[in-house]
Amino acid sequence: MTRRPPPPPRALHPGAWWLWALGLAPAASRTTNPWLLLLVLAVAGHVVTARRSDAPWARSFVVFLKLGLIVIAIRVVAQTLFGTPAPGSVLVDLPEVGLPAWAAGGTLGGPITDTALAGALVDGLRLATMLACIGAANALANPKRLLATVPAALYEVGVAVVVALSFAPSMVASVQRIRAARRLRGRPDRGLRSIVTVAMPVLEDALERSLALAAAMDSRGYGRRATVPARTRRLTTTLTLLGLGGTLVGLYGLLDGTGPAALGLPTLLLGIVVAAASLRSAGAGVTRTRYRPDPWSGPEWLTTAAGVAAAAGTIVTSLTVPGALDPAPWPLLAVPLPAAATVGILVALLPAWLTPPPLMMTAVRRQPRRQPRRQPDPAVEAPATSVSPSSEVAA
Amino acid sequence: MIELDGVGVTYHGSSTPALSGVDLRIEEGELCLVVGRTGSGKSTLLRTINGLVPHFTGGTLHGRVTVDGRDTATPPPRELADVVGVVGQDPRAGFVTDVVEEELAYGMESLGLAPEVMRRRVEETLDLLGLADLRTRPLDTLSGGERQRVAIGSVLTTHPRVLVLDEPTSALDPPAAEEVLATLHRLVHDLGLTVLLAEHRLERVVPFADRIVHLPGDGAAIEVGSPAEVMATSPIAPPIVELGRLAGWSPLPLTIRDARRRAAGLRRDLSELPVPTRAVVPVSDARQVLRAARLAVSYGRTVALREVDLSVAGGEVVAVMGRNGAGKSTLLRAWTGLLAPDRGLVTVAGHDPVRLSPAELVRQVALVPQEPADLLYAETVAAECDAADHDAGLPSGRCAALLEGLVPGLAPDRHPRDLSEGQRLALVLAIQLVSDPPVVLLDEPTRGLDYAAKRRLVTLLRQLAAEGRAVVLATHDVELVAAVASRTVVLADGEVVVDGPTSEVVVGSPAFAPQIAKVVAPLPWLTVDEVSASLEVAS
Repeated sequence: MTRRPPPPPRALHPGAWWLWALGLAPAASRTTNPWLLLLVLAVAGHVVTARRSDAPWARSFVVFLKLGLIVIAIRVVAQTLFGTPAPGSVLVDLPEVGLPAWAAGGTLGGPITDTALAGALVDGLRLATMLACIGAANALANPKRLLATVPAALYEVGVAVVVALSFAPSMVASVQRIRAARRLRGRPDRGLRSIVTVAMPVLEDALERSLALAAAMDSRGYGRRATVPARTRRLTTTLTLLGLGGTLVGLYGLLDGTGPAALGLPTLLLGIVVAAASLRSAGAGVTRTRYRPDPWSGPEWLTTAAGVAAAAGTIVTSLTVPGALDPAPWPLLAVPLPAAATVGILVALLPAWLTPPPLMMTAVRRQPRRQPRRQPDPAVEAPATSVSPSSEVAA
Repeated sequence: MIELDGVGVTYHGSSTPALSGVDLRIEEGELCLVVGRTGSGKSTLLRTINGLVPHFTGGTLHGRVTVDGRDTATPPPRELADVVGVVGQDPRAGFVTDVVEEELAYGMESLGLAPEVMRRRVEETLDLLGLADLRTRPLDTLSGGERQRVAIGSVLTTHPRVLVLDEPTSALDPPAAEEVLATLHRLVHDLGLTVLLAEHRLERVVPFADRIVHLPGDGAAIEVGSPAEVMATSPIAPPIVELGRLAGWSPLPLTIRDARRRAAGLRRDLSELPVPTRAVVPVSDARQVLRAARLAVSYGRTVALREVDLSVAGGEVVAVMGRNGAGKSTLLRAWTGLLAPDRGLVTVAGHDPVRLSPAELVRQVALVPQEPADLLYAETVAAECDAADHDAGLPSGRCAALLEGLVPGLAPDRHPRDLSEGQRLALVLAIQLVSDPPVVLLDEPTRGLDYAAKRRLVTLLRQLAAEGRAVVLATHDVELVAAVASRTVVLADGEVVVDGPTSEVVVGSPAFAPQIAKVVAPLPWLTVDEVSASLEVAS
């Protein structure tokens, strides 16, 4: 049997990575089993390293991991300070401070047991793992491209979100610039007051930038529309209202559970169908087309299926092995590793090999950047400019 | 292709029209250059072509603007997107997506073109503008010239008949500007595109223009004609034209080649004269007020400066040049303590700038940043001046007096944001000079300045140096460097590549030589003023 060549690099449809991550995230949220959580974390980390591109947003995974560490730290500190006493061997005995009656008469400090600490750690780990799943989706798929796949009728909303997203980093840049300017004028560049006085110029800056962007977008044809007959417009409005109303009532019925059964799932489904029809009808007025839309083919289905498998494995475990998802987290070695959930999460690792490799953005570079540098020697490196015929004349 | 009949524009709340009585016909396949002082209505004129004025900016449009037979008064700019492509001054402000290829396709998506057509045009445009290597690059990682070419490409994909550009090269270093202008030249000659462009840096664009529109401002009638005709009388002209006027050449030379052919006699005359002397300040350790020794600065993983050694003495004007991203601004920021160095030593008048409190800092160093407006917060010029006096602990009126010396007769009740670029620069300089610092740093001071404002800046910088201050300019403007700098330092990739007297560094350098130096090379005359002074002494 001959070995097939690897598929050519291409970016996977962003929706596939998000569905994959959304399958992995419940696998984390439904369990406090530390082994399973660590497994999810490892799977997410490995897939990100294997399949992320070198685009700026691909670096965001580390940010989410750091955020996760902060969450764990906060959870542990909160447990030690405010936690209720738990059984187990005492690790540290902090001095206890009784709170006054108006603060509900609780206590601060007190003994910290290993079980309490392990519980807090696992709880923090669960949140951190969910964050890592979102971070993985962010790093693997450009969030802007995901927004670009929304239906035509929602396109303008999508653009508004995209523009708003790109404003956050530029706001940070202008805050830094204007604070630097304050220092140049000899005014304090630290403290609360300086932040307040910086706000106005920063807002002016943001406003000017958005006007420039709006002018550019308008000149490039943003917001062109086909003429839509008044009847179609009225139909769209009616469908939208009915669809949203139906979805709301249906959701309420589903969550409440005390109302008549017909108010639940059937109304919800009907509402969704009507809302979809309204989007379709609204899309008729949009003349926009998409340049090279991301295809949805084999690897996308596979990635989505891998995510679903992780969720499914966890659900199967929760139904068949009671307690396996929420074991006592301490001692660690006694924690069981339920088979179905483990297999499901491991299946989510498959996209790391079975999807095409990512498209590198800076693969084609005119000049390689990171090459070993010689010791700088201005005399040697100086180009012909320093040795010009005129220097002799001048001398 | 473009017709303007009696076009006038008056913005809301303004008593005088920004533009009035403009009659202009631009034929297909023409590269038409719009010149004029700051505030003469160049941008307004450009923006009427696709209806941004008045649809987007408000105000009243008189007369008629027709592009390719379409009147721009009724349809909004988006309906003209397939006829007129507009590229603004800062391409970054107009980018909607974040990857080159998607940016090129954006306009076509808005027009609703078929996917096959979009695909074909993107490929064609990538080849036409030499962007094929950059197709998957994030827009943030592009250099200035690449970014400007992507902006041009992104409007070309809709196949407009007219391309409108507002100061496309003013923020670029000389090589990047040439890259962009060569692209425009090719579009006009190969595709018959009509190009309308406004630019202050005439020395860069005049050789490419088929016709020049001169807006004198103040409601005077516009002048339209071939470059040689308009340049013969225009008060704003590149150095090469001024040299032609001085030498009495007719017709006036517009390219270096023309001028060099005519200048044989001039070179002969000059070669017999003593070379112009530039104030060279003796560099002794005692007078060195600015020092950087083995300075290294990085932003995260990007290294901005590595091992920079540079000292500046009081009385010197030092120009720091180099391509965009070479580390010029970083060096100035390190000297003002806005950045802490990774390694090495920075001192300003013997102090470590990072350790100085803001109040002490302003007494040692003045920095005019690239966006002078960042330093202004008050509602009026007078309030701004008072605040500066107050911050420096000086009696009120000192800053206003300084400002009066820089730009006489600036109304104290004007809002700083309404000033022209030159006036704003003067205001910021006045504010920064209140506490009499021995060091003045300017980052790209001539961006958006017209020739008259630039000449005033040159006088001012000479005066600052004569008072014994150390002046450092980070700039791309070779003509400014030639006019004022006693020493020129070239940075490349965070290192000092050349450091020497300006006349030695710039003469013979293809990128940094001013026009006059190119004409009289190998003789070391750099500016028209130097040539005329030498000739006067001789006669």
